[in-house]
Amino acid sequence: MDFSHLVVIAVSSIFINNFVLGRFLGICPFIGVSKKIDSALGMGMAVIFVMTLASVVTYLIQTFVLVRFELQYLQTIAFILVIASLVQFIEMFMKKNMPALYQSLGVFLPLITTNCAVLGVAILNIDATWADGSHYNFIESTWNGFTAGIGFTIALLLMAGIRERLELADIPESMKGTPITFISASLIAMAFLGFSGMSIM
Amino acid sequence: MNKLQNFTKGFFKENPVLVLALGLCPSLAVTTSIENGLGMGMASTAVLVGSSTLVSMLKKYIPGSIRIPIFIVIIATFVTLIDLTLQAFIPSLSESLGLFIPLIVVNCIILGRAEAFASKKSVLDSIIDAIGMGIGFTIALVLISAVREFAGTGALYGYPLFQLMGIEGFKGSILMILPPGGFLTMGLILGFMQWNKVRKAKNTGGK
Repeated sequence: MDFSHLVVIAVSSIFINNFVLGRFLGICPFIGVSKKIDSALGMGMAVIFVMTLASVVTYLIQTFVLVRFELQYLQTIAFILVIASLVQFIEMFMKKNMPALYQSLGVFLPLITTNCAVLGVAILNIDATWADGSHYNFIESTWNGFTAGIGFTIALLLMAGIRERLELADIPESMKGTPITFISASLIAMAFLGFSGMSIM
Repeated sequence: MNKLQNFTKGFFKENPVLVLALGLCPSLAVTTSIENGLGMGMASTAVLVGSSTLVSMLKKYIPGSIRIPIFIVIIATFVTLIDLTLQAFIPSLSESLGLFIPLIVVNCIILGRAEAFASKKSVLDSIIDAIGMGIGFTIALVLISAVREFAGTGALYGYPLFQLMGIEGFKGSILMILPPGGFLTMGLILGFMQWNKVRKAKNTGGK
């Protein structure tokens, strides 16, 4: 087990290729749920949780079902079904066994099925290769899912913090709401562009 | 609503990206050149037409409580079809769109049309609606990618306009091709739409 790989994955998916600001995955919740810091944090936690579990499950499906029986062309269908049922299952489990957690994260769970970041991380885990041509192993995939979720949460929190201030700012009428949110996102993305100069591979 | 209105409403009045703000991920991620934007728009339209037709045909047999998973499977099937077709016939486009072809599955426009329109209306109406919405999506993608490609490279659809006119020196800013340019273009276009709406509301309110 090579620990430097884990560091590379973490820095890469949190900063260099941040899911929202660098790869454009999960823009809908990024714009939709970033009005308040509280709800942004809740959404972020739910996404970290689902992304990690989705990475685990899709890796197992890919290795032991799709590759084993040479069904790789069914990848899209299999992954989206697995993710949708996983989210449904987590929701039912939480409602029954962790009512307190369900109160805070529950409302965000149904939204996650159509969050392209979850399916995106599952496919990226399978497609990504190291310099020597080897693919991510089980631990690296899971770690990638977890850190990508953290990157998503950081972007969401930054945006929510800015939008709480924007509420009080004097903005031209036609830029209010979504347009100014995109402009702010552009400025954050520009700052994150600074990380892309880092070469750690 | 007659058939023509049904067809054209998706172009501007209910444009999925610019008015309803659906399908934002692909409309930012793949719009680095008009070629990519057009390819993505057409691929999504094909999926939309296929899935809307099938959902509309099967609407009597789909139980209400599990309709969403069924819609997703139908959509995923068409996405797989398009994905394999592109890989076989247009490999260069398939490569540049990459991850975003399988991600058509989670494009909310497609699920949204299946849920809001195709599962209630007749097959013919659903096909018309799907083609109209698909064209609207393509229009939005081409608009965004035209702005980004021109500001980013000084070219339109691969043709270097300024050099063809004999003006040298305008190279464009690479920033517009990179992620910040996508957010910026989207913000400005949405701002323009809002400005237009506010202006119209003022005009009618004044009379």
